[in-house]
Amino acid sequence: MPAEGLLAASWLLIALPLAGAAVLLLGGRRTDRWGHLLGTATVAAAFVLAVACTVQLAGTDGRSVDVELFTFISAGELDVTAGLLYDPLSAVFVLLITGVGSLIHVYSIGYMAHDPARRRFFAYLNLFVAAMLLLVLGNSYVALYVGWEGVGLASYLLIAFWYTRPAAATAAKKAFIMNRVGDVGLAIAVFIMFAQLGTTSYAGVHAGVATLAGGTVTAIGLLLLLGACGKSGQFPLQAWLPDAMEGPTPVSALIHAATMVTAGVYLIARSAPVYDETPTARTVVLAVGAVTLLIGAIAGCAYDDIKKVLAYSTVSQIGYMFLAVGLGPAGYVAGLAHLLAHGFFKAGLFLGAGSVMHAMDDQVDMRRFGALWKKLPVTFVTFGLGYLALIGFPFLSGYFTKDAIIEAALDRGDTWGWVLGGVAVLGAGLTAFYMTRLMLMTFFGEARWTDGVHPHESPSVMTAPMVVLAVGSVFSGALLVSVFPLSGWLEPVFGEPAEAEHVVAPAVIGLVVTVVMALGVLAAWLFVGRREVPVTAPVRVSPVTRAARNALYVDTINESLFMRPGQWLTRALVWFDNRGVDGAVNGLAAGLGGSSSRLGRAQNGFVRTYALGMLGGAVMVAGALLAVTAG
Amino acid sequence: MIDVPDLDIAALAPLLLVLGAACIGVLVEAFAPRHVRHPVQVTLALVGTVGALAATLLLALGGHEDGVTAGAALAVDGAALFLQATIAGLGALSILLFAERSLDPAKSAFVASAAVPAGSSRDRELMTAERVQTEVYPLATFAIGGMMLFVAANDLLVMFVALEVLSLPLYLISGMARRRRLLSQEAAVKYFLLGAFASAFFLYGLALVYGATGSVRLSDIREAGLDGGGDVLMVLGLGLLIVGLLFKASVAPFHTWTPDVYQGAPTPVTAFMAACTKVAAFGAILRLLYVAFGTAEWTWRPLIYAVAIVSMIVGAVLGLTQTDLKRMLAYSSVAHAGFLLTGVLGLGAGGTGSGLAATMFYLLAYGLTTLGAFAVLTLVRDGDGEATHLSQWAGLGARSPLTAAVMSLFLLALAGIPLTAGFTGKFAVFRAAIEEGAWPLAVVALVASAVAAFFYLRVIVLMYFSEPVADGPTVGVAGIPTTLVLAITATATLALGILPGAVLDLAEQAARFVG
Repeated sequence: MPAEGLLAASWLLIALPLAGAAVLLLGGRRTDRWGHLLGTATVAAAFVLAVACTVQLAGTDGRSVDVELFTFISAGELDVTAGLLYDPLSAVFVLLITGVGSLIHVYSIGYMAHDPARRRFFAYLNLFVAAMLLLVLGNSYVALYVGWEGVGLASYLLIAFWYTRPAAATAAKKAFIMNRVGDVGLAIAVFIMFAQLGTTSYAGVHAGVATLAGGTVTAIGLLLLLGACGKSGQFPLQAWLPDAMEGPTPVSALIHAATMVTAGVYLIARSAPVYDETPTARTVVLAVGAVTLLIGAIAGCAYDDIKKVLAYSTVSQIGYMFLAVGLGPAGYVAGLAHLLAHGFFKAGLFLGAGSVMHAMDDQVDMRRFGALWKKLPVTFVTFGLGYLALIGFPFLSGYFTKDAIIEAALDRGDTWGWVLGGVAVLGAGLTAFYMTRLMLMTFFGEARWTDGVHPHESPSVMTAPMVVLAVGSVFSGALLVSVFPLSGWLEPVFGEPAEAEHVVAPAVIGLVVTVVMALGVLAAWLFVGRREVPVTAPVRVSPVTRAARNALYVDTINESLFMRPGQWLTRALVWFDNRGVDGAVNGLAAGLGGSSSRLGRAQNGFVRTYALGMLGGAVMVAGALLAVTAG
Repeated sequence: MIDVPDLDIAALAPLLLVLGAACIGVLVEAFAPRHVRHPVQVTLALVGTVGALAATLLLALGGHEDGVTAGAALAVDGAALFLQATIAGLGALSILLFAERSLDPAKSAFVASAAVPAGSSRDRELMTAERVQTEVYPLATFAIGGMMLFVAANDLLVMFVALEVLSLPLYLISGMARRRRLLSQEAAVKYFLLGAFASAFFLYGLALVYGATGSVRLSDIREAGLDGGGDVLMVLGLGLLIVGLLFKASVAPFHTWTPDVYQGAPTPVTAFMAACTKVAAFGAILRLLYVAFGTAEWTWRPLIYAVAIVSMIVGAVLGLTQTDLKRMLAYSSVAHAGFLLTGVLGLGAGGTGSGLAATMFYLLAYGLTTLGAFAVLTLVRDGDGEATHLSQWAGLGARSPLTAAVMSLFLLALAGIPLTAGFTGKFAVFRAAIEEGAWPLAVVALVASAVAAFFYLRVIVLMYFSEPVADGPTVGVAGIPTTLVLAITATATLALGILPGAVLDLAEQAARFVG
């Protein structure tokens, strides 16, 4: 139904941060003193508006509102109207983006206080929020695509924020290029939709998808998945996400943990009607989720860089979400609940990691940490709560949401259900292992600090958001599953949740997962906690560790499969361009220049020559005319 | 007893204004004291040309009915009015360039006394004198009047008279440069000799056509042509008439005078010739081919086809190796004449194609752009007058960004880059040619455009990406007239590129001949 009241103004949600970005970027140094405050204020205002809009939406019939804006593209048959769709699914994302976004903006005021380019940082952050909101609020795949590219740009700019560091510049390029691979998939999917259905709006596509041939729908589904994999760091396009940690830590928290990387999950959840028509594509989603879940968890066990461990953890957790939405109607709500809970605890963990780095002079090597719990009490407690939530400690948020996914997988009832459930349980154990390892190496044991480092707790502008996120990490799971059930809220989008026949009783699952988690913690204590941690990583390690340290060689595979051949192709093309194309062009130019000089000799300055030339021309003209007439 | 023919004074007003101003100008030369002559002459010439422009616009907007007047010697139709307005407007801008007083240290681009032998001691004395041979103004006004008559001539004799009225003053003012006088005089003599030669062709053609048809009136020729299609006299006459006109339009292979005369003539005169003569010559070609030989289309089509190709190729290829900007623009003018002929080919059977409107638009766009480009040339000077050698323009972008930017705009327009008038014009004429099935010609035109783009862009590269030369030329501070010309031409070049709709519509509506 058309929008009324506040919802009619929901375009302000996008316009506010966008205006902030514009002011900060165009205003230049004049805005240096108050730019960060403006940036934070626009996002906070967007959050307040989002809350109000969501309250109004809750009281609206059907809980779905269309906001028509303007005609975006009108070319021949193609008519794309720019409009927003405010429904329970987008509302959830809008609240997450603006809520966590506000907290991280506040945190950044402290974290970036000493950076000379703080204003630029806030400008990019605002740009990101605007683009991300467009991504989730747009009412068509084209609007989503615009936002999709917008967040890609913001992500690129922010990873390369410290562009003078070669590592940051390379990481940004890597992220951008790998995202391009996915974006091409998304773009082609949109093209197919337009070619086959003549529309790209969600309503039109979802209504028309049932009329398409099965192969076409599967193609659309797989291409959308390719786009989702690129943006969400899923197999085989996951390698950019850990490298993206070269960006400032608030960026890692907001973009590369809580919001942007979950856009893939949003895309697949939003396209539920497409996947309903194509079991093949849905199975591929499942497979991608399961494989990524394991790869991320295994790689997370071996890294010593605190942010990279968290990044692989993100890859792995998003794998859980893909697994969930790949399960179909049974899993959507579970996946989205995990997404929201993950938004809280992973953002909190990253902010905690940022606080640790802040204390340790930007050190990220966990082998150089240790015994920090006394020095950084607030960080320790909030980080600890996030940690417990992530590993699924009973009655914290991860416990509820992860169990729901495992439940949904087992409820398939077939062999695949058992395999997927098993993978998910195994992943839970691995998660417990690498996160405990991280905790032990960072906060416990001996102090292995580099000389001259004096750890100190971060200012309250940084710790306050961490506290808020820690509270969220503790309670969000319980809230979303039992107090304000997400399944009820999302009902207008995904339909009424079917009463599942449980293959295994939820209580049993909870028990098993908790036991596996405890085993993971125990293993970590046995391998890491009991022994002294060497300050340099041991070289003589088992092949398994070596493989994990190399992220299971996915980068190597990518490099040898795509990068090297790409480089060879480039070199061949350059050679061809130099010899072939340039040769032809230069030869042609030389030829023209030569004929120019030769022809120019006729222009000798003598009137008699000119007159002769004219006479010759006139004779030819007369001759030609007579010939034409006679013939 | 000779009957006085009907005279439609309203329709003749534009012509009467310009020619009247020229006649009064002659009287001013005879009777006004020397010190007031310059301002009076400039005012007179501007009143005449701007008045003529206003009169044509009033006639067109007032819905003047198409018809012939002055005993059917003159046609008053849409095309004539559009072309007359173009000539009057471009002529007024040229007069402004003539009137520039602040660039040359001696306050004019024109010689103090043309009759004094170059290099004599009297000549050296007058070199720095602020005296100007003010006869250039009535002469130029006569030329403008001749051109306006040329495009409206409805019979071959009037056309010939108009051709001479426009040519003779041009021969004279070409030789009146203040600096490099010998070069200027040489150019004038060459132009005169070759022009006389070309006029002879035209006159001979006229005689043959009269011999074949017994009439010099265009409509009568067409009537006669209907039954006597294979008449040798008629076809030969047509060929010689075309040769005479192609000469004026500097179409290869009748272009040989162009580089030498463009280079030698005072730059304001070059600008005037490049813009206005082109319009007049093509106006006459269109009228001759459409009105007199419209039914014999298949006789002249292959010929125009061939000379268009030759002209485009010669202009583009020879332009590549030019080192003097004025010569380069001369070859550019030859290439553009070829592009214009593709529009002429788009006339279509019985003039049903869009070629007439396209060609008229192209003439307006090209006239404005080339006038602007030559106006920029007058700004860049060294101790010896204008610095027209390419190497002297190196690094101009760093020293004089605005001048370089304006020049770049004109060069891009001449190259036909989108968002400039040049692109719209080329698009229009090529489309007209393709619609009439002449797509191979359009392909050649595109290739020639690409080749020609090289020498336009080379100037831009030189201005922006080269180190400035030591003791290079200075960029003069333009006075009000030149500034006005640059502002108008640059704005129009952009406007016709970005929002050409209104003018294209105007050309479309005006695209009709009587007869």
